[in-house]
Amino acid sequence: MSQALWIAKTGLDAQQTRMAVVSNNLANVNTTGYKQSRAVFEDLLYQTVRQSGGQTSQDTELPSGMNLGTGVRIVATEKLFSQGSILQTDNALDVAIKGRGFFQILLPDGNLAYTRDGTFQKNSDGELVTANGYAVQPGITIPDAAQTITIGNDGTVSVKLAGIPTPSQVGSLETVDFLNPVGLQPIGENLYIETASSGTAQAGTPGLNGLGSLAAGALEGSNVNVVAELVNMIETQRAYEMNSKAISTNDQMMQYLNNNL
Amino acid sequence: MDEMVFLAMTGAKQTEYAQAINSNNLANISTTGFRADLHSFSSIPIDGPGVDSRINAVVDSYGTDFEQGAIASTGRDLDVAVQGDGFLAVQGPDGEEAYTRAGDLRIDAGGLLATGSGHLVLGDGGPVAIPPHSSLYIGADGTVSIQPLGQGPETLAIVDRIKLVNPDASLLQKGSDGLLRLPDGEIADPSANARLLSGALEQSNVNIAKTLVNMIELSRQYEMQINVIRTAEEDADAAAQMMRIG
Repeated sequence: MSQALWIAKTGLDAQQTRMAVVSNNLANVNTTGYKQSRAVFEDLLYQTVRQSGGQTSQDTELPSGMNLGTGVRIVATEKLFSQGSILQTDNALDVAIKGRGFFQILLPDGNLAYTRDGTFQKNSDGELVTANGYAVQPGITIPDAAQTITIGNDGTVSVKLAGIPTPSQVGSLETVDFLNPVGLQPIGENLYIETASSGTAQAGTPGLNGLGSLAAGALEGSNVNVVAELVNMIETQRAYEMNSKAISTNDQMMQYLNNNL
Repeated sequence: MDEMVFLAMTGAKQTEYAQAINSNNLANISTTGFRADLHSFSSIPIDGPGVDSRINAVVDSYGTDFEQGAIASTGRDLDVAVQGDGFLAVQGPDGEEAYTRAGDLRIDAGGLLATGSGHLVLGDGGPVAIPPHSSLYIGADGTVSIQPLGQGPETLAIVDRIKLVNPDASLLQKGSDGLLRLPDGEIADPSANARLLSGALEQSNVNIAKTLVNMIELSRQYEMQINVIRTAEEDADAAAQMMRIG
């Protein structure tokens, strides 16, 4: 039937997806370490109905043909890894990364995941774990007798034990970097996993070789820009309305045809 | 009767095509760097015996609207907008050089600079490879400089220069992948006049008001064609009626 109807439908689909992306950004405006997503639009294949330059006779050719675009699609949603604001929490186990890098987390299935959310806690075995209880890699165990815990800006974790005047080091946090962090796949729970497009994880000491240093007693807030998202939302809604207008106009054309012939 | 019905039918069908082109513009209202397609109707007379009344209307997508789209600031270092005239050179799926205004760049799995739809961006000599870096800057003339990973700002190094071209826009044709190309596989020379604005994206240049008005106009035009078909039918009916009386 009418091509225009289906073309307008692709517009509705794409705007709907974009609205989902915007809503997800707004929903995560307070999520620690959340990185804003963006929908990337692409025009769909063009159909050549009449080829330009086709011969109209032996000596003449069509100056312009007819190429029909077939609509739009969302080709990707990409994460924007800009720095979120650093919020002071004064909780000794909260860590924010200032600059590039991710913490390495061991998933229950044995695979590694990566996060910028440094809301660490101690589990019943004294291990440093994320808010979801997944262990930080390389594992760090805080002794029961620890009175204070200090995390240095290079990731060194030291504790002060009762009765011992000098603090002792119990491990250090490592961060990893990727050639193309945008290629990481978000899997929820503030975690990302490695993909072919992100490249392999390069572990290192925070603050060295381009990795960001750590800030203990602080968390990285979401990098969602609320104003920009609201503007996106308005734009998406209007674009959706216009595409649905195109559908109703086409519908009216078909209706007119059916009623009058 | 036949002439009238077929003329009106062609008109209605071609109006549907025009409506499809218009709807495609509307669907791409949020596509970065999209250039609206223009359409026009031309008259194709069919010569033959009898009165010269058979002139079919045929729709052409006679080109692309190259008006500047609105520039939205994003602050992302890999977003670039072409200011004024000019295009980014990219490698099309066929390996040939093609041109686009979509500057939502990213780095692909192989460390090469690509557009949001995955076409490799061309530099001075082929695709632009971006080494690991802690910051990246794209200059107004397309120069890509990086601060290599783990080194200070004093080591800022130029990696490559994005090929910017400024061919006669009226020659450019849109391919089936939406990229623009010069006819006969010609390659445009790099241009010193084309300027990039980093940290911003050029939006679609579809003019909403114009597109919506076009849509209304086309739908009315369609109704008129249908009316002509109906009139032809009524005329034929009347003629048949007369024959019956006789």
